[in-house]
Amino acid sequence: MSEQKSSTMQRLLLLIPMVLAFGLGLFLYQGLGKDPNKLESSLLGQQLPVFIGESLNAPIKAIATDDILGTPSLINVWATWCPTCKAEHAFLNQLVASEGVRIIGVNYHDQREPAQQWLAKLGDPYEFSIYDPKGQLGIELGVVGAPETYLVGADGIIVDKITGELNERTWAQLKPQYDELMAQAN
Amino acid sequence: MIPEIGHLALILALCLSVALGVLPMLGTYTGQARLIMAARPLAIGQGVFLSISYICLTLAFVYDDFTVQYVASNSNSALPVQYKISAVWGSHEGSLLLWVLMLSWWIMAVSQFAKSLPPIMLARVLSVMGLIAIGFMLFTLLTSNPFWRYLPEGASEGADLNPLLQDFGLIVHPPTLYMGYVGLSVAFAFAIAALLDGKIDAAWLRWSRPWTLVAWGFLTLGIVLGSWWAYYELGWGGWWFWDPVENASFMPWLVATALIHSLAVSEKRGLFKNWTILLAILAFSLSLLGTFLVRSGVLTSVHAFAADPERGFFVLVLLALTVGGSLLLYALRATTVASRTVYSFWSRETFLLGNNVLLVIAAIVVLLGTLYPLLLDAFGGGKVSVGPPYFNAVFVPLMVLLIIALGIGLLAKWKSIETNELTQLLRSPLLVALVLGVSFPFAYAGEFNASTALAAALMVWLIMTTWTDLKRRIRHQGWQRGLRQLNPGYYGMMLAHLGIGVSVMGIAVVSHYEANHDIRMAPGETLQIEQYAFTFEGTRDITGPNYVSVQGVVKVDEDGEFYTYLHPEKRTYNARNQMMTEAAIDPALGRDIYIAMGEPLEQGAWAMRIHFKPMVRWIWLGGVMMSIGAGLAVWDKRYRRRRPAKTSAA
Repeated sequence: MSEQKSSTMQRLLLLIPMVLAFGLGLFLYQGLGKDPNKLESSLLGQQLPVFIGESLNAPIKAIATDDILGTPSLINVWATWCPTCKAEHAFLNQLVASEGVRIIGVNYHDQREPAQQWLAKLGDPYEFSIYDPKGQLGIELGVVGAPETYLVGADGIIVDKITGELNERTWAQLKPQYDELMAQAN
Repeated sequence: MIPEIGHLALILALCLSVALGVLPMLGTYTGQARLIMAARPLAIGQGVFLSISYICLTLAFVYDDFTVQYVASNSNSALPVQYKISAVWGSHEGSLLLWVLMLSWWIMAVSQFAKSLPPIMLARVLSVMGLIAIGFMLFTLLTSNPFWRYLPEGASEGADLNPLLQDFGLIVHPPTLYMGYVGLSVAFAFAIAALLDGKIDAAWLRWSRPWTLVAWGFLTLGIVLGSWWAYYELGWGGWWFWDPVENASFMPWLVATALIHSLAVSEKRGLFKNWTILLAILAFSLSLLGTFLVRSGVLTSVHAFAADPERGFFVLVLLALTVGGSLLLYALRATTVASRTVYSFWSRETFLLGNNVLLVIAAIVVLLGTLYPLLLDAFGGGKVSVGPPYFNAVFVPLMVLLIIALGIGLLAKWKSIETNELTQLLRSPLLVALVLGVSFPFAYAGEFNASTALAAALMVWLIMTTWTDLKRRIRHQGWQRGLRQLNPGYYGMMLAHLGIGVSVMGIAVVSHYEANHDIRMAPGETLQIEQYAFTFEGTRDITGPNYVSVQGVVKVDEDGEFYTYLHPEKRTYNARNQMMTEAAIDPALGRDIYIAMGEPLEQGAWAMRIHFKPMVRWIWLGGVMMSIGAGLAVWDKRYRRRRPAKTSAA
């Protein structure tokens, strides 16, 4: 009798892989048809999330949402492990130098030391970088993956965002809006 | 006309697959020998027609038939002919046809090489593979038909193959990888046949082992080729990015690795049979899942195919039927009788089980990391990617444990080993590994470094335990006779295990000692890295068959003496007006010099990416060793011995 019982028990255990696979299938099903580049919790048109973070270059200095407000800015999410970030870095430097665009960095899922070395070596286009090793600010912003660039107005409203490399082509998409924001701010 | 023949041949292959999927299976239940015997001719038939279909599509590419939509969007009359042939699998539709072609070849191979299998078993195996073929041929015909025409008028010129794919790596990488992916369907079909049969015996295990090894060998080689291709073609200088598509090939590899070990335990000791069956199902399921992830557009990736929810839905249904069906069958038919074979904790069985558990955990870790964006999104958290920091943090400890277990398991005996004896055997490998491991970074770079020391220790550990085991095996015969007596399977195992050590070594050294310089270089400027001086001498313009290119000329001096010239390129492909970076690489076993051109700057200066990558080749060398090891193991006489079919039609 007890043997039979344990055999039924084992039969039920054998069902586990199927149940897990079924659950996974449901997840995959609901993921279909959604554009992975699009933000589910899209913050476009909304206020920047309120946060307090650490500065990458000066560990004791706290940075809050207020530090970003006041001037239209680009918020650029980057990391040293991200090859595309490296690819776009020269363009960011150029953007600051030639057009005087204010760029704020979010150093995403990274380590402080290599990140600082990276900026020392490649040049630092950022007014300041927020150190976000656990990706908390990234989650608040709805970051898909580095690099990502958000265009934020002086009032902290997120106007647009570029997923992937910022270059001449993608900047052309942001520039008219940026110019408009600048005109408003002045 | 040719595309129509191809289209028709594909439809005929589908019809034959339907017959293959249904008739022999039916015959095994009704006992009609004619139906059972039909399995082999049907298998050959569908393979022949599918080959015809594939050849027709290739001809359409070679003869620039731009009335065919797929050809028009992936080829160009100026494309060199070898790329026209490889362009067949350059995009979704054609690569799916290649996938099905590989499957049909595996079906033919099974029907030819497994003649001495009991007819019922063979019929069921072929039928199951036929059912899989039906699914994928329907998928091709209904959602992704490569033979559609632009009618009445075609394009006059094609849009060209994506320049990233115009490369030797793309000629060899996808077919090899698909051979591996699809080859796992054989182990899967054997598992299903065994479940239907209700008994998992030694014969089943001996039959599915060589097939699984071949598939694993191809999969390994395919992944290595992919990594190598990404390294030199993407221009980023990395060799693994934890990209969803890379992960899609890595997960089945991890589970298939567990499977080949668990098959060995099941065959030799009659243990873990349920587990082996489950792994066989999972390995193929994961390769199907990979297909889904790559082709449905649910995840972002550098090389995902065009997103199409309809296709994604189709694959998902296929996935649900195959995986759900097989796991249900597993739940109903897997044996619940506990094995009476006993083994003590200190035995090879324990450590092979450990190997299996670690590999499966690793696969789960990769799966979670890959699907995390999707899972989080399902809970309303927005789409987030986890990136390499996550993977490295969880993956490295698992692999370290795996290699330690590997060494102990190798030296432990089946059933049980006295702890005294085991410690005796392990003592010297452990000591040598520690000493050499710690001294490696000093010898290599003059200062201590934990991660390379660990990698070196692991590699020495693998070499020493393998060596100790070898010595033990041939201690009675003397070297000459002993070495000759060992079977190819043993040599294959040694080679594959050492391959892991070689790869680990390469990964650790290149990750820690690589020197990457991304700098602005004006003509005449020199950069010094280690013993090499790089002088940028300027650029020149080059015209290729379907691109124009700016080629940099970089003189490399070694210790003050001329060494070589390297020529990185920045190409612009005419048809798509797309820019491509062609890195110039000077390869060597000890180090690679890697130069890629970034953006042009003012006054003839360029942004240059000059990387010095010590031992990066070791990563791929290790993979190739594993793959050859699998090949050697298949050569083992045990698998080729014709056994009289004892358990034939009952």
